[in-house]
Amino acid sequence: MKARVTVMLKSGVLDPQGKAIGQALNRLGFSGVADVRQGKIIEIEFAETDQTQARSQLAEMCEKLLANTVIENYAIEIKSS
Amino acid sequence: MKAAVVVFPGSNREHDVAAALERASGQAPKLVWHGEASLDDDYDLIVLPGGFSYGDYLRCGAMAAHSPITREIIHKANNGTPVLGICNGFQILTETGLLPGALMRNASLKFASRYVRMRVEAANTMFTSRYKPGQELVVPVAHGDGNYFADDATLDELEGEGRVAFRYVANDNPNGASRDIAGIFNAKRNVLGLMPHPENATDPLLGSTDGKPLFDSLVSALS
Repeated sequence: MKARVTVMLKSGVLDPQGKAIGQALNRLGFSGVADVRQGKIIEIEFAETDQTQARSQLAEMCEKLLANTVIENYAIEIKSS
Repeated sequence: MKAAVVVFPGSNREHDVAAALERASGQAPKLVWHGEASLDDDYDLIVLPGGFSYGDYLRCGAMAAHSPITREIIHKANNGTPVLGICNGFQILTETGLLPGALMRNASLKFASRYVRMRVEAANTMFTSRYKPGQELVVPVAHGDGNYFADDATLDELEGEGRVAFRYVANDNPNGASRDIAGIFNAKRNVLGLMPHPENATDPLLGSTDGKPLFDSLVSALS
């Protein structure tokens, strides 16, 4: 099974990298850019074939390692088996 | 005082802190490689040094927080063994959950490598007894991710319980840390994490000796 985990800083947590990217886009002439947030995408291939099992394993992976839930949210997307 | 300095791949201040500990206590600490499944001895103090463990992959300190030896450090810390985490060591301690909050990218996005002024906020602990309350110190910082973050409830709790160890002096906050926090204790005050490097302020040749009392405090409490 393949899954994609997206990790983003929680809203309300200052994202200086996103801000810097937004400023750079403005300098490039994209004057309509209002807000940019930067995150991470982690793609995982693993043996589990059961969707429900996979989802609960992925949630555990996120809680234990992939995301720091003090500052980050995560979203799990199961792509295919 | 029998101290262990835990070395991860990418640690780089282990010899600095080992030298500071040896100068203060007269006893060289043991450098322990992170791959050891257990700490071979009963140590009076465990130190997590500065550096870039695991190349800061994923998040600073995230990989080291799951290193085999770290499980044992968490266990010992919960049983009262004193633990000092400096810079990357502080990042590792927050990733393990031994200390609350997280250390984020510096608000300036720039690596901060300079001397800062910070104030001793709590002088009644084994780490800080040789300081005067409110004493102002000059110590170096060297980090790109030292921006201490915690939610307001956690920050209020830290302040209310006197668990802010050190605070950057107003206008000298190098990283945007919430409420100018440079270092914090756990609830039992046997775990201290801080971003500045007291070990690099222990000799006049280094430009400051303001970090020395921290090691002297530990020696007087633990020897």
